[in-house]
Amino acid sequence: MNFDFSDEQKQMRDEARKFLSEQCPPKAVREVLDGKAPYDKALWKGLAEMGFLGVAIPEQFGGAGAGHLELCVIAEEMGRALAPVPFSSTVYLAAEAILIAGSDAQKQKWLPKIASGDAIGTLALFEGKGNPSPKAIKVAANGGVLNGVKKPVADGAIADFAVVAARTGSSGRESDISLFIVDLKAGGVEVKSLTNIDLTRGQAEITFKDAKAEPLGAAGEGWGVITQVLDRAAVLTAFEQVGGADRALEMGRDYALDRIAFGRPIGSFQAVKHMLADMYVSATLARSNCYYGAWALSTNAGELPEAAAAARISATQAFQHCAKNNIQVHGGMGFTWEFDCHMYYRRANAVALGLGSPSYWEDALIDRMRKKNAA
Amino acid sequence: MNFDDTPQEAAFRAEAKAWIAANAPKQYEEELRKASLGRVQLKGANILEVAKAWQKKKADAGWACLHWPKEYGGRGSSPIERVIWQQEEGPFGRLSSMFIIGHGMCGPTMMAFAGEEQKRKYLPPLASGEKVWCQLFSEPAGGSDVAGLRTRAEKQGDEWVINGQKIWTSGAHYSDYGILLTRTDPNVAKHKGLTMFFLDMKSPGVEVRPIKQASGASDFNEVYFTDVRIPDSQRLGNVNDGWNVSLTTLMNERMSIGAGVATGFPELFDFCNSLMLEDGPAIENRAVRAKLANWAVKASGLKYTSMRAISALSRGERPGPENSIGKLVAGSMIQDVATYALDLQGAAGALTGPEDAEVAGKFQAMLLRAPGTRVEGGTDEIMRNIIAERVLGLPGDIRVDKDVPFNKIPTKGRA
Repeated sequence: MNFDFSDEQKQMRDEARKFLSEQCPPKAVREVLDGKAPYDKALWKGLAEMGFLGVAIPEQFGGAGAGHLELCVIAEEMGRALAPVPFSSTVYLAAEAILIAGSDAQKQKWLPKIASGDAIGTLALFEGKGNPSPKAIKVAANGGVLNGVKKPVADGAIADFAVVAARTGSSGRESDISLFIVDLKAGGVEVKSLTNIDLTRGQAEITFKDAKAEPLGAAGEGWGVITQVLDRAAVLTAFEQVGGADRALEMGRDYALDRIAFGRPIGSFQAVKHMLADMYVSATLARSNCYYGAWALSTNAGELPEAAAAARISATQAFQHCAKNNIQVHGGMGFTWEFDCHMYYRRANAVALGLGSPSYWEDALIDRMRKKNAA
Repeated sequence: MNFDDTPQEAAFRAEAKAWIAANAPKQYEEELRKASLGRVQLKGANILEVAKAWQKKKADAGWACLHWPKEYGGRGSSPIERVIWQQEEGPFGRLSSMFIIGHGMCGPTMMAFAGEEQKRKYLPPLASGEKVWCQLFSEPAGGSDVAGLRTRAEKQGDEWVINGQKIWTSGAHYSDYGILLTRTDPNVAKHKGLTMFFLDMKSPGVEVRPIKQASGASDFNEVYFTDVRIPDSQRLGNVNDGWNVSLTTLMNERMSIGAGVATGFPELFDFCNSLMLEDGPAIENRAVRAKLANWAVKASGLKYTSMRAISALSRGERPGPENSIGKLVAGSMIQDVATYALDLQGAAGALTGPEDAEVAGKFQAMLLRAPGTRVEGGTDEIMRNIIAERVLGLPGDIRVDKDVPFNKIPTKGRA
């Protein structure tokens, strides 16, 4: 059994970590946090040059053609560094949707631009409160144009294009939903930035008024693609979350070793030690669930839906748990703007919601386990 | 990334599988598979006899104590082969529960500290299950703080005379031998005055009294020593070096990898799948699903953590302290799972009779056994200390008695 990443994949992780520690220090994240830029353009360009944006995109479409295990190790480092770039929306959502459902021409058109960093993409799915559901989709497609409002859309204000889930039928079933690619810089599209708890990654409201839309995949098959995209993105995002959880744990551990109170490092107090031990436990369980997700994703195994939900739930819990207790270990300093703890706390809580909230994935996991049991 | 065996591992697995298929006591398979946490009993058969027979059969064919050297009754296998064996042995491995202490702790200690003649005399019958061993460490005053123990050993000529009391001794009531940690010098710091021995449990002056546990079962004992005489030749390690000897023993206690820890989750999931609540099937209730999902990811997290550890073994690496998370997570989880399974049954959840209780009373048995799981082999708190200190590198706990002579250490809290 070799239930682990290969030496080459680990080497890629080291490269990504080195690159991000140099190109994406907390100071760079703060440029975006403080509203000086909508995202880190230089970092985005650098990621493209390193080949990280197209790591799982086949060579024929301008990518590195490495694979999804390689993308997982990079995702972990992106999460660890809190990279303020539209990596998840472009690479996990838009690119995966096109890889799954796109025609050859669509792949030729969009994937090389994604790999080179020339096109930022996103998935426009949500329409206000609620979790992923065909019933919640009101944006309608008729005669090649879209009408309606999507919000929140991750990185919507900086994206060049969006994969949009829209209604093409009225049967009340999943088969009402189809996917479209919309050029967000073209006419009929209004984009408004929305404030959100993670200041390092933007959210937007997008209004379509007779916006020109190009079908992605067959009509009426959009929901199936959305489900696949969300499962794949769940695994990749879970790696980002584990990267963030590990970094938050490390920050807490380092502070506990340095900070003296009552004449001892606070890390010698059992209450603090046990809090950090519990952070380690949650991060470890999440990492192991993520590895299973990575295996299922990379082999396209039938276990992917269940593995993705488990990785998603476990990693969400771990990142939230580590981020909040990192602040607790830091005490009053942890609650200052100046310390980086809140950046992880913000990211942990925003990323917990973006692909469907924890309760959505809990429901999905049990559903999937039940189906497997019944089969 | 894969779940495949290497060719050598596959060959070993095939050999083990074939031998088990041809030799295991299959008449007990179903009963062993269904046995409750920590309680293995067989209807109409003496579990100790069945276990000894299975162990002897394994030993005769070279499948006992796989990682021990052949000359001491083992097979000289690699750690990964031991894991593969455990996986293939499956429910029959539960028969080995009464040999765990002997094989996991006493044997390795004997191997490290006994004389060659003694090793050849005592280890093969320990490996084959003909002789059962126990470990006499814990005392009323020395649990997690093992070095706080008070049982005295005094030298008289070529013998040592033992007086005192041990407690929580698993299996002492059917053990033939034991390894014994004693205090030989109370005038020095507590870790510096201990000495280790092994002894025949039938020696005059040894009295074993089973303890009735909170669960109602009696797996543990108190053991009293009154002027018990042990020849100096049965000393393990140097006089007053018992602490270092015991560390060897305790390091071998590290949770075995591969056997899979019990979490109660599969049982709860099946139960919720079949249980009807007032407003429909339990599995369709949103609150139930949320609870289940949270336990599902803990159970799968443990499973895949164990697979990562097995992969490391397969590469020839040694298990590290990070593997202590299994008992920590599973211990409190099984307690919570059992509590919840009873919650779902309302007042009827309190009934324990196999005919009255759902799933033949399994959740009730889990509930009553679980507190022990969280204490034995290191409490949850000790496990967290291990993770904090050995994995995360945080400072050790402050030990105010570390440099104080043992006989000057206060023995009571509130005076």
